Amino acid sequence: MDFDLTEDQRLLTESVVRLLGDTYSFEQRKQMLSLPNGYSERLWRQYAELGLLGLPFAEDFGGFGGGPVDVMLLMQAFGRHLVLEPYLATVVLSGTALRLAGSDAQQAEIIPAIVSGKTTLAFAHYERQARYDMTDVLTAAKHQDDWLLDGAKSVVLHGDTADQLLVSARTSGERDDPQGLSLFMVDASSPGITRHGYALRDGSRAAEISFSSVHLPTEALLGEQDNALPVIERVVQAGIAATAAEVVGGMETLQAMTLDYLRTRQQFGRPIGENQALQHRAAEMLVNLEQGRSMAMLATMMLGEPDPAERARNISLAKVGVGQAGRFVSQNAIQLHGGIGMTDEYAAGHFFRRIMVFEHLFGDIAYHLDKLADDID
Amino acid sequence: MDLQLAPEEVAFRDEVRTFIRDNLPPNTRDRMRLGYKPSKPEIIAWQRILNAKGWATFNWPREYGGPGWSAIQRMIFLEENLSAPAPELLSFNITMLGPVLIQFGTEEQKRRFLPRAANLDDWWCQGFSEPGAGSDLASLRTAAKRDGDHYVVNGQKIWTSTAHHADWCFCLVRTNPQAPKRQEGISFLLIDMKTPGVEVRPIISIDGSHHLNEVFFTDVRVPAENLVGEENKGWSVAKYLLGNERTGIARLGISKAAIRRTKEVAREVRMNGRPLIEDKAFRIRVAQLEVEAKALEIMQLRVVSAFEKSGGKKPDPLSSVLKIKGTELLQNSSELVMDVGGPQAMPVWQQELAALTNEPALAPDWAAQMAPAYLMLRAASIYGGTNEIQKNILNKAVLEL
Ligand SMILES: Cc1cc2nc3c(=O)[nH]c(=O)nc-3n(C[C@H](O)[C@H](O)[C@H](O)COP(=O)(O)OP(=O)(O)OC[C@H]3O[C@@H](n4cnc5c(N)ncnc54)[C@H](O)[C@@H]3O)c2cc1C
Repeated sequence: MDFDLTEDQRLLTESVVRLLGDTYSFEQRKQMLSLPNGYSERLWRQYAELGLLGLPFAEDFGGFGGGPVDVMLLMQAFGRHLVLEPYLATVVLSGTALRLAGSDAQQAEIIPAIVSGKTTLAFAHYERQARYDMTDVLTAAKHQDDWLLDGAKSVVLHGDTADQLLVSARTSGERDDPQGLSLFMVDASSPGITRHGYALRDGSRAAEISFSSVHLPTEALLGEQDNALPVIERVVQAGIAATAAEVVGGMETLQAMTLDYLRTRQQFGRPIGENQALQHRAAEMLVNLEQGRSMAMLATMMLGEPDPAERARNISLAKVGVGQAGRFVSQNAIQLHGGIGMTDEYAAGHFFRRIMVFEHLFGDIAYHLDKLADDID
Repeated sequence: MDLQLAPEEVAFRDEVRTFIRDNLPPNTRDRMRLGYKPSKPEIIAWQRILNAKGWATFNWPREYGGPGWSAIQRMIFLEENLSAPAPELLSFNITMLGPVLIQFGTEEQKRRFLPRAANLDDWWCQGFSEPGAGSDLASLRTAAKRDGDHYVVNGQKIWTSTAHHADWCFCLVRTNPQAPKRQEGISFLLIDMKTPGVEVRPIISIDGSHHLNEVFFTDVRVPAENLVGEENKGWSVAKYLLGNERTGIARLGISKAAIRRTKEVAREVRMNGRPLIEDKAFRIRVAQLEVEAKALEIMQLRVVSAFEKSGGKKPDPLSSVLKIKGTELLQNSSELVMDVGGPQAMPVWQQELAALTNEPALAPDWAAQMAPAYLMLRAASIYGGTNEIQKNILNKAVLEL
């Protein structure tokens, strides 16, 4: 057991903190929100220069051979600033799928382009009717001379601007069948693809994507045919760990803002923070933040757990813990700010909404409690 | 003791329910069922329909056009209206300004303002809070100086709901900065929003909507005849106004409508391969909300009938319980609605109602307003006296710790 950071990890954290400190004030972020992509391409290139886009990839493919803890530290720093760039979609979700399922040839082709910042990806798995069910896939791919893809994906993170899509599709079996799923690398500009982009409640971008007789070459298949579920599960788990770290970063900022407000806001002739009721509430926020932080660490550590059942169980525990902590901290941050917390002009509400969005990705509290409950012996 | 409504109260409820069913414009009803807020014209139209029926002034005495209902009837009426769901009566006009003018206003003020307030010919807003005066309202600083037969108003209000729709604003202003007690230098003034020097600036809230405003007053000349009650006695007018929010403060009908909606949508969405409505854990969450709704309903009946028995005089500190539990239920029920929607509730869907356009539906119709409702209701525990302040009131008035 060791909770200390290595020298490399300390350096990484410092350089990211410095970069975001310079580039990601609330005002600067507001301007990025209005860019056509909904994020800064200039910063994306800077992430590439700093090596962030290569963090979890093998050195053979131009990556930096980092591990889950490195990604966690980065996501936590991103979370403190509500970073808008498609890191989760490209590096974490799609990157995990590529690393686990891509052939050497596929990895050699795409990963260097990710690392250098040239190519962005989106992970197009969940469908509208599926809600959180991972096997509820109706999108289908039929093999004739090549693959023919038909169907639709919903709330695809950064799916509006991604160059490449990693799409799950049924190659056999029925709805809900754990067998029969396959993953495909799809050029987002292929004929037959319609993308409708929009902002999520936290300002980050996503898309509805439909596929109508999209032709894919045989080599578009990523990993084993009909057996993509284990890969999809691990991608989702990586997403849970990364967003958990972001939520921790968000809670840290909210906690700091709230403490600051309690010290400075005067009512009844004294700082509101002198009311013991509010001191206790702030202490409960701290309790939740620290519980959430522990659970985010658990999620990260468990990404490397070889036993799939043990891994899934612990990551569900973490998703619930972080979800509940995020809810408590963000709701009370607004409450303790009074009216100002309700305004779009003030940062707290933006953190609140990101935490809300993350809670409703990859299974919410109820979904993961349900899974855990099924498992009680 | 009898927890059942009396037969004539049941008959009254049915009469209200039938009237709303038969008279609420279907388009308003359909949009509101999907969680959309009613527009300004929809609010006005519905209040006028109720006013024509004699119900808009549901809490005013008979001699001012009220229907002469008991407190229980008033509560039933509000609940039926909320859970229809129909647009709420504009509370600034009906529950705030109306009773204040009836109690403190001059005959001329009553004649001039009451009928127009009832029919929503004038839209009123409430200018109480200021940047430095929220929970500590008595510290307000907006100044009104007497100049001949006018007051000259300078200062700033904030969080003024719907000021951008408003024709008039009832304001608390400081007329005597030297008063020994802060509460003794405050007056209650009616300000025409079209007066030169009144500037309204929008505040966008976290649900993305424009509901709140800042209102700036720069040398605004207000005729002295617009003073309500005596100069420097505005605090007692304000306290009377805030006390009148009691009936319906819990807005239980909205929570009931939300609970209904969670069940409807839960039939359409899935959890672990089955309709969510079949999921036991989900059903337990709904059951928990139903427990809270029932407790609140009985609580509300108790507070309302005690109020009635006291001759409508004694403010009941237990109304703070209604505020706390009512807003918690509003928040929890809107949270469950959003959770049922799941990922579909997270996008800012630009398409209003697929049913009303010819384009293919981007999202299910129920999805668009789930998150905004949840987000906006975070304010329920802040406005109308924060829930922390309600607990302070309970401590002072009941616990005496
Ligand atoms: C959506 C919305 C609509 C509104 N509409 C109107 C309107 O139309 N007109 C109008 O005049 N106002 C309106 N308000 C303002 C509302 O009344 C105030 O926001 C409220 O009184 C709280 O004041 P504040 O925002 O300044 O918070 P503050 O008073 O600064 O409170 C900040 C935090 O400190 C806590 N706190 C303060 N004092 C104490 C204490 N002594 N003990 C324990 N905790 C304490 C509060 O509970 C809160 O959590 C609206 C507000 C909102 C959010």
